[in-house]
Amino acid sequence: MKTLEIKDVHAKIGEKEILKGLNLELEPGKVHAIMGPNGAGKSTLSKTIVGHYDVEVTEGDILYKGKSILEMEPEERALEGIFLSFQHPVEIPGVNNAYFLRTALNAKRKHEGKEELNAAEFLREMKKYLEMLGMKADMISRSLNEGFSGGEKKRNEILQMLMLEPEVIILDEIDSGLDIDALRAVSEGINMMKDGKRSFLVITHYSRILDYIKPDYIHVLKDGRIIKTAGPELVAQLEEEGYESIEEEA
Amino acid sequence: MAQEEINKAVSGEYALGFEIDIETDVVPPGLNEDTIRFISKKKDEPEWMLELRLKAFEKWKKMEEPHWAHLTYDSIDYQSISYFAAPKKGPESLDEVDPKILEAYKKLGIPLEEQKQLAGVAVDAVVDSVSVKTTYTEELNKHGIIFCSISEAIRDYPELVKKYMFSVVPMTDNFYAALNSAVFTDGTFVYIPKGVRCPMELSTYFRINALNTGQFERTLIVADEGSYVSYNEGCSAPTRDENQLHAAVVELVAMKDAEIKYSTIQNWYPGDENGKGGIYNFVTKRGICEGDNSKISWTQVETGSAVTWKYPSCILKGDNSVGEFYSVAVTTLAQQADTGTKMIHLGKNTSSTIISKGISAMKGQNTYRGLVKIGANAHGARNYSECDSLLIGDQCGAHTFPYLESKDIHGQVEHEATTSKISDEQLFYLRQRGIDEESAVSMIVHGFCKEVFSQLPMEYAVEAKALLELTLEGSVG
Repeated sequence: MKTLEIKDVHAKIGEKEILKGLNLELEPGKVHAIMGPNGAGKSTLSKTIVGHYDVEVTEGDILYKGKSILEMEPEERALEGIFLSFQHPVEIPGVNNAYFLRTALNAKRKHEGKEELNAAEFLREMKKYLEMLGMKADMISRSLNEGFSGGEKKRNEILQMLMLEPEVIILDEIDSGLDIDALRAVSEGINMMKDGKRSFLVITHYSRILDYIKPDYIHVLKDGRIIKTAGPELVAQLEEEGYESIEEEA
Repeated sequence: MAQEEINKAVSGEYALGFEIDIETDVVPPGLNEDTIRFISKKKDEPEWMLELRLKAFEKWKKMEEPHWAHLTYDSIDYQSISYFAAPKKGPESLDEVDPKILEAYKKLGIPLEEQKQLAGVAVDAVVDSVSVKTTYTEELNKHGIIFCSISEAIRDYPELVKKYMFSVVPMTDNFYAALNSAVFTDGTFVYIPKGVRCPMELSTYFRINALNTGQFERTLIVADEGSYVSYNEGCSAPTRDENQLHAAVVELVAMKDAEIKYSTIQNWYPGDENGKGGIYNFVTKRGICEGDNSKISWTQVETGSAVTWKYPSCILKGDNSVGEFYSVAVTTLAQQADTGTKMIHLGKNTSSTIISKGISAMKGQNTYRGLVKIGANAHGARNYSECDSLLIGDQCGAHTFPYLESKDIHGQVEHEATTSKISDEQLFYLRQRGIDEESAVSMIVHGFCKEVFSQLPMEYAVEAKALLELTLEGSVG
C-alpha cells in the first residue's frame, strides 16, 4: 500500500501557479529524493503536503493511506504521521525546547490513544537522542531554536523526528548549512528511522546528502512537474551535466 | 488565521462573571462632605482622619481629571457613583462569614476555610469595602507583624498611620489619589518590624461586588530596617453593564536593608467587544526605598479592566537601593491600558530594572509609559529597560512612550524596545508538530511573558498562566 499519493496536483502561491500537475507516490521503507533547480517548486511541494497556509491547491488530490488530506488542518496531518523537517526552523523565544517537544509528543500519543509521558519519562527519552545526535544537554532548557546555530537547528529537527516517529518524513534541504560532523549526525538519525515502515521524501538541491542517505528513487522536478524518475545512478549524471541535460520523459 | 475566528474565540464569556448577592449597606450616589462624614463614621474613625479626608476632598474639588494618557472613554460622573457599600454582617469568625461570600471565594479558587491548613497564606479578604476576615493573625503576631485592614490600623495604630500615610503618595498627588484620600473605604495595612522576615506570603483578594459602587482601596506597607515581605494582590469582578470606577492608592515604604515584593494579578471585568461595561482602573502605586540597600519590586499581570491607568513606581532615595518593575499587560476586546512605571533615582549607586510585556489582541490598545529620572546626586545610577509588545491579529495596537531625564552625566541607562506579531511561521511550525492552534498561541504568549512570570511567587505564577490562557482563549483560532 502507498503511504502518500500525490495525484496531478496543481498548486499556487498567491496568484502564481507553482505546481503544474505533479504526480508522486511514496511507499513504506523507500527513500525518494526530489532534486531540481532553484524555483522548480521543491519547497512548494513540501508545503503543499503539510498544508502550509501559503499554498492553495487548485486541482488534483493528495491521499495519505488512501484518504484525502487536503481538507485536513496542518496539526491533523501531523498527528496522523506526516512530518516536515523545515528548511529554516523558526525561532520561538521563551518557549522551552523540551516543553515544546513533550507537548507535541503527548498530543500525538493522545491522538493514538496512548498514555501521555510524564516529565521524567520524557526526559529520559530525550536525553538518549540528544546524546546520539551529539547535542548538548542545554538543548533541554533553551528556548526553541532561539540563537541555535544552523547545525543545532537541523539536529533539533531530527531530534523531533526521532521522538515523534512519523510515517511520512519530508526533509527539506536538511543538509543546507551543515558541517561534516552535523551532516553525519543528522544522517545517522535519519538512517535510524529506516526500519521499513516509513517513507522518506528528501528534497535537496545538492547531491551531498545522498551519499549519506541512500535514495531508492531520484525524481527531477522542473517547472512544477516531475520530468524524470530514475534510480540512484541518476545522481552522477546530474552532478556532471546539470539539470539542463534532463529532458522530460514522454 | 482568520480574524473573525480570533474575535469569536476571544470574546468568550467572562469566565469569572458571576455576581454575589449580598445585602449591602449602600449610601445613595453622590459625593459631598456628608458622604465623607458618613464613610468616616461607618468606619468608626477618629476625628483626625475625618479632617484629613475633608482636606483631601477640598483639594480634589479644585483639581481636574487628567487626560494625557493614551486612552479614550466617556467622562465619569462622580456624582452618580455610590461611595460606600459594606456587607451588613460583621463576622467575628470564619463561621459567621456569609456562605455566599465563601462560595464566591471558592469560585475564585480561594477556599478560605482551608487556607490555614493548605496554602499557608494569610488573607485579608475584601468583599466590597469591608474586610470580611483576616486569618493567620496569631502567627503573624508572634513576629510582631501587623497585617490588618486600613480601618483597623487607623483605630489601633494611629501613630504609624499618621507617620506613613500620604508620605509616599501625597493626598494631592493627582486627581484620583486625591479622590481616594477623601473617600477610601478599606484596604490593607502591613507593618514588618525590624529584622523580621515575614514567614508567609501575605495576600489580599479584592472583589468589586455591589452594583454601581466605586471602590477606593488604600494600602500601606511599611517594612522596617532589615525586614522582608512579599505581598500578593489579586482581583476579579462579576459581569455588569455600567462602568465602574476603581481608584486605589498603594504606598510602600522600605527602610534600610528592607525588601518589599508586591505582586498583582488584576482581572477585573474588561467590558464587551465594543468597550461597554468593564472597570475603569485608575491606580496610584508608589514605593519609596527610604533607606540604604533597600529594595522594592513590583510585579503585575494585568488582564482585566476596560481602561487601565497605572504606573507602579519607585523612589530610590537610599544609596544602593534597587527598584524593579515586571509587567505583563494584556488588552483584548476593546480594552485599553496605559501603564508603566517611574523610577526616580536620588541615591548613589541606585539601580532599576524595567521589564514590560504588552500583549494586544482584537481591538485592544496597549501603551507603555515609563519615566527614568536620575537626580543630580545619583552618581552611579543604572537603569535597564526592556519593553516588548506582542500583537495578535491586525486590529490592535501597541505604543511605547519612554521618558528619560538625567541630571547625572555618569548615569547608565539602557532601553530596548521590540514589537512583534505572533508570526504565522511560528504558529505553523508548532501546528506541523501536532499542536493545535490554540495551544500554539498560548505557548508563544507564555514564552513571551516568561521573564515576568518567573518573578511571581510560584502558586501565583500558575494562576497568572491560567488567567492569561482564559483571557486569550481562542485568540488563537
